[in-house]
Amino acid sequence: MSVLVNKDSKVIVQGFTGSEGSFHAQQMIEYGTNVVGGVTPGKGGSSHLERPVFNSVEEAVMKTGANTTIIFVPPAFAADAIMEAAEAGIKVIIAITEGIPVADMMKAKPYIKEKGAVLIGPNCPGVITPGEAKVGIMPGFVFKKGRIGIVSKSGTLTYEAADQVAKAGMGVSTAIGIGGDPIIGTSTKEAVQLLMEDPETDAIVMIGEIGGNYEADAAKWIRENGNKKPVVGFIAGQTAPPGRRMGHAGAIIGGADDTAAAKMRIMADNGIHVAESPAEIGAVMAKVLGVEA
Amino acid sequence: MNIHEYQAKELLKSYGVRIQEGLVANSPEEALEAAKKLNASTGTSWFVIKAQIHAGGRGKGKVQETGSNGVVLAKSLEDVPTKAGNILGGTLVTIQTGEEGKKVNKVLVAEDVYYPGASEPKEYYLSILLDRAKGCNVIMASTEGGMDIEEVAEHTPEKIIKEWIDPKLGLQAFQIRKIAFKLGLEGTAFKEMVKFISSLYNAYIGSDSSQFEINPVLKTSDDKILAVDAKVNLDDNALFRHKDLAELRDLAEEDPLEVEAGKSGLNYVKLDGNVGCMVNGAGLAMATMDMIKLSGGEPANFLDVGGGANATTVEAGFRIILQDPNVKAILINVFGGIVRCDRIANGVVEAYKSIGDIRVPIIVRLQGTNAEEGAKIIDESGLKVSSAITLKEAAEKVRLAISA
Repeated sequence: MSVLVNKDSKVIVQGFTGSEGSFHAQQMIEYGTNVVGGVTPGKGGSSHLERPVFNSVEEAVMKTGANTTIIFVPPAFAADAIMEAAEAGIKVIIAITEGIPVADMMKAKPYIKEKGAVLIGPNCPGVITPGEAKVGIMPGFVFKKGRIGIVSKSGTLTYEAADQVAKAGMGVSTAIGIGGDPIIGTSTKEAVQLLMEDPETDAIVMIGEIGGNYEADAAKWIRENGNKKPVVGFIAGQTAPPGRRMGHAGAIIGGADDTAAAKMRIMADNGIHVAESPAEIGAVMAKVLGVEA
Repeated sequence: MNIHEYQAKELLKSYGVRIQEGLVANSPEEALEAAKKLNASTGTSWFVIKAQIHAGGRGKGKVQETGSNGVVLAKSLEDVPTKAGNILGGTLVTIQTGEEGKKVNKVLVAEDVYYPGASEPKEYYLSILLDRAKGCNVIMASTEGGMDIEEVAEHTPEKIIKEWIDPKLGLQAFQIRKIAFKLGLEGTAFKEMVKFISSLYNAYIGSDSSQFEINPVLKTSDDKILAVDAKVNLDDNALFRHKDLAELRDLAEEDPLEVEAGKSGLNYVKLDGNVGCMVNGAGLAMATMDMIKLSGGEPANFLDVGGGANATTVEAGFRIILQDPNVKAILINVFGGIVRCDRIANGVVEAYKSIGDIRVPIIVRLQGTNAEEGAKIIDESGLKVSSAITLKEAAEKVRLAISA
């Protein structure tokens, strides 16, 4: 089992021969991820990192049986790359690219849903199932294998959480970086749902930030479904001023429900263990599970 | 990206949206010239003079130096230069600018559209924006024009009309008719409103905007529908395909430190606190700000140095934070994954030496690859910099630094 990616994932890299794509493809290969090839239109037929390069995702799927893709294509062409992957039958699409126009994602999202694919991101660190597959840009060594699932809008804050979980004597089943853009493929609720249904996950860390209603939605869903597994939550941006974009395109307080305080209250009201400080995520989880660090 | 009202109106007009006509002016003399031209082209003999700043509440706002409001009516050509002069160069304080206000460099001289006629003029509200929860655009309309829409939503939500737009199909004609009927319009005004909404939507899509707010939309006494004000927010991520719109950016409206940071590829937002911070990653940066607050301080800024933090970016970050006189301590928080902590530590030491005169305590928290080596480099540098490895430890050191 495990969620989204595992040792059986056959991964291709879109934007394979670019600098970002090359660097992270190499890192993923070193981690042990089964990278079966890559796509760079116009460079098909060549070889890169000892893997075949294809002109299209369709060709890559046909020749390698790939079922998962990671996308490093520049923002102007990224939504197109996402749709190409879905059309070619890829089932798990992980989009790392930051800076995709909102209008492009608005069209891509319903398209891939129709094709039955799952999109993680964009503007995310990717997904890792420790010891099996890293399909992302996170430092693999931080994620010790274990039974805590992580869902997060942020990259480095996810590493922070994984590190605290490890130092508190636990480990990670799968960590899903869902991304910090206003429109993303998989919501907090959907990612939490995957982990709730995963037999290898005992508890969940849910990290959100200001802006949007994803965390509130997830919190309500968790309660409606009987709080089956303990969830520890943290929201970044308690000190962020309204109306200012804080790095991530989606991290902006537009209304009263967008604030960290509002989201933390909703989480607490729905039975989630809220960590007030980002330094306490691991400790709160250890306490909830009765683990001695 | 925000643009000025006069720029927003030009954008709308280029898509066939009827607007309150006007001309922008940089001086009282230009304002008079603008008024004369406007008189010749529209026949208007009254002129509305509107301060051009990126903040709302201008009408009720006050220019500190002269006491003038940010939007005033001149009832003759002679009045125009004086009234424009009372706004231009002044500092306008509105509910959205904060106490310090904003300097006014330009005014828009606009025609009077509230002239008497066959029917009463009436104001409406219209906006188009992204509904994040539904992943599509939504049009909001209301008969309560000129009001703050948040207040309308709170007290009389039934007065807000919403139409969600299918991203694949775009806005449909029946949806536009529905809005216009619900606004209670008929005859010429109804037809005008249909045309107005249709053109407005085309402008929104064509410019890759993330928010349009037209408040008020006016039905004139002769049943024309036009935009009296226009707030346009462009999607930053889409500016690469709108070079002409990207040029509308007005750096004078932005914090100079934020502009400088942008040039170094840093994402910086100035705040009012006393502890500066420099972090890799937006989420961790926000979390670090929160931690500063929990440690008894107030964050002086948001600063994301991005994934490729090195000596150059660290130095640029230092220089920007140190320009803020309120800063009493600096916390550097880097989770080194792909970037190694020892490299960052060397970067910090180099930057510190290169800047020289740093008088505030600095706490460097490095976690991840080679964290121990990084801490050692910091501790052995002989500089007034202390190291931390866990976030908790860093929080404690911040507490000590600001209470000292």
